[in-house]
Amino acid sequence: MITLTIDGREVSVPAGSTILDAAKKLNLKIPTLCYLELEKLHYKNQVASCRVCVVEVEGRRNLAPACATPVMPGMKVITNSKRVLSARRKNLELIISNHPFTCLTCLKSTECELQTMAWEYDVQVKYPNGERMRHKKDHSSAALFRDPDKCIMCRRCETMCNEVQTVGALTAFGRGFNTIVAPAEKNEIVDSPCVYCGQCVTVCPTGALIGHSYVNQVWNALFDETKKVVVQVAPAVRVALGEEFGYPAGEIVTGKMVAGLRQLGFDAVFDTTFGADLTIIEEGTEIIERVTKNENLPILTSCCPGWINFIRYYYPSLEYMPSTTKSPQQMTGAIIKSYYAEKMGWDPKNIVVVSIMPCIAKKYEASLPNQESYGIRDVDYSLTTRELAKILKEGSVDLRYIEEEDFDSPLGVSTGAGVIFGATGGVLEAALRSVYELVTKETLENVDFVALRGLDSAHEAVVDLGDRKIRVAAVSGLGNARKILDKVVSGEEVFDVIEIMACPGGCINGGGQPYAKDRDVVLQKRMESLYKLDREDKLRKSHENPEVIALYKDFLGEPGGQKAHDLLHVENFEASVMSEWEHL
Amino acid sequence: MTEQKNPCCTGSNPGFAELGAYIDALKIDPKDPERKEMLIMTLHKAQSIFGYLPSEVQKFVAKKFSIPHADVSGVISFYNYFTTTPKGKTNISICMGTACYVNGSDKILQDFEKALGIKSGQVTADGRFSIESLRCVGACGLAPVVLINEHVYGKVKQGQAEKIIEEYLIEYGEPVEVE
Repeated sequence: MITLTIDGREVSVPAGSTILDAAKKLNLKIPTLCYLELEKLHYKNQVASCRVCVVEVEGRRNLAPACATPVMPGMKVITNSKRVLSARRKNLELIISNHPFTCLTCLKSTECELQTMAWEYDVQVKYPNGERMRHKKDHSSAALFRDPDKCIMCRRCETMCNEVQTVGALTAFGRGFNTIVAPAEKNEIVDSPCVYCGQCVTVCPTGALIGHSYVNQVWNALFDETKKVVVQVAPAVRVALGEEFGYPAGEIVTGKMVAGLRQLGFDAVFDTTFGADLTIIEEGTEIIERVTKNENLPILTSCCPGWINFIRYYYPSLEYMPSTTKSPQQMTGAIIKSYYAEKMGWDPKNIVVVSIMPCIAKKYEASLPNQESYGIRDVDYSLTTRELAKILKEGSVDLRYIEEEDFDSPLGVSTGAGVIFGATGGVLEAALRSVYELVTKETLENVDFVALRGLDSAHEAVVDLGDRKIRVAAVSGLGNARKILDKVVSGEEVFDVIEIMACPGGCINGGGQPYAKDRDVVLQKRMESLYKLDREDKLRKSHENPEVIALYKDFLGEPGGQKAHDLLHVENFEASVMSEWEHL
Repeated sequence: MTEQKNPCCTGSNPGFAELGAYIDALKIDPKDPERKEMLIMTLHKAQSIFGYLPSEVQKFVAKKFSIPHADVSGVISFYNYFTTTPKGKTNISICMGTACYVNGSDKILQDFEKALGIKSGQVTADGRFSIESLRCVGACGLAPVVLINEHVYGKVKQGQAEKIIEEYLIEYGEPVEVE
């Protein structure tokens, strides 16, 4: 332990700690902008580039960045001297001198860390006419929007993209004032290996990286009297949306959210969890088939478009492994525009399906050419949880003062198995509940596969299916996906089923979720709420969902049958990807 | 997607075999976090083979190092020495070192730029000429200095650019009118 003094108070911390760590122990809040640590995600950005956390160290000529300066025995640190405060303010003023003053219209406004800090530090606009970066905005993708002029070169996105997710889409390009965080060769994002997981968005302190907004398109659809506008909401949204309305993290706001959506004028409010149950039936059928035949194993889950992009770019030789089932979002869309349309006597061409997702990659997935059935797009617009909060507020809805309502029928009936899709391990657990019963013909008494739960990076289990034991794993975060895939490729590990989610922790930590200040805690709360919903649900197995059973009986026929294939599977993954990156 | 198919850099170019052999000899361990330390010298080698570092070469190096293309591109963008545009058959380098600069090398550069209709760092459409500026070449007594391929021109005066270019045009055997 090393003992030092900060602002006259003594503190002891382990060797290798920084001044910032020591200050935290004393509950002193040294401001940070570029620095960010997310322990559970194994994420640490410590580049000391913003110089906002500078402190005075006795005997040292220059001010020291608290985030990157290791503690020394007997060190005397001052965090709030005149010199420190004026240096911090000056550094902020210099950063702001090269930042657009478009806060009023910026999508990140009120959530921007730079904006908050400027306010806390009473920063003056000292250099309104200083030199500014001028870079092209990147509208190239359907999912992610880049505005490099708002970048403050904190490099958080790079650390997330390259070290945690190991996608490697971003780099610091150029030198000095002209440096810009961009894909290789300053290409547009569509010409990079970006998988649209959106984790960069979750760490960007400003509005430089953000999801594309489709709020206006959705309003226009709602105002169009010739259209039937149907909305579906993903499981992870209901445990996070409340945060945008002042509820504590993890608050379950399903009923209020449904009521709010109805008030906005949606013709039907459905639950993507229904699509999740459907996914389990189709994917479960595929799992049983492939495991029984011992063919093309392991089978990998296909619900997460970020992950599917990742395997396409980095492991093209494993392309046969992911299940061919569409994701719950696309399945729900396809069923709305076929089964439900038929039921209601609506022309599918006049139906607009809006999905509310915790995700940015879902926007990309919805836009893919192969995500349609019989020439009709499965999903028209995908909004994030954050956009849902905006559209509700814009539409005079305050969740706090609205009575709870139920989802519409039939695609509003779901099971606990579908709900836990929102957390890492959930898809696999849901699949196992059904696969076990369908294979062994026995009732699964204890449906909780606890070994697969938790925010840690990877979980493994062996499940006895009578004739055959299957080895399964659930992995979240693309860096962890890479580790397990390398082991599968080398033959070091053999699995039968692997669930992979691009975002660490699963959809509860998606790129479209409300920005969380204390992310490790918030994620835990959101996850616990999903499992609570599952626990309290009467139906906890996808194949027991009465509306799903009815759907097969009245419309789809057999699971894995021809009609199910037409609507719920994608055979042609190639059509959706750029082959250019295959060699990387 | 917007891949430039440059004749110098298709997969069949023997340069790739040479560069590949060079990198293989480095015995890079894809699991070694320090492997990027050998990137800069590899890029030097690559540029000496191909004359510049186009996308194909960057991706080739990235793959060999098991690092993202973005990493390679970022390093190249940081160092002035590395170039991603091909040089012309005749590369005109104008010294912008202190001695040359105070003797008006910026005007000489403008002369060449005007005569060829390209800017520093660019190549003429026919690939014959390129212009770049460089720092001190160690011949300050001859300031301002212009280096054309390996040939040194000292005490260059304003208005001489066109004449110098003509020498090379004649050498190509097909004099063309200079703007």
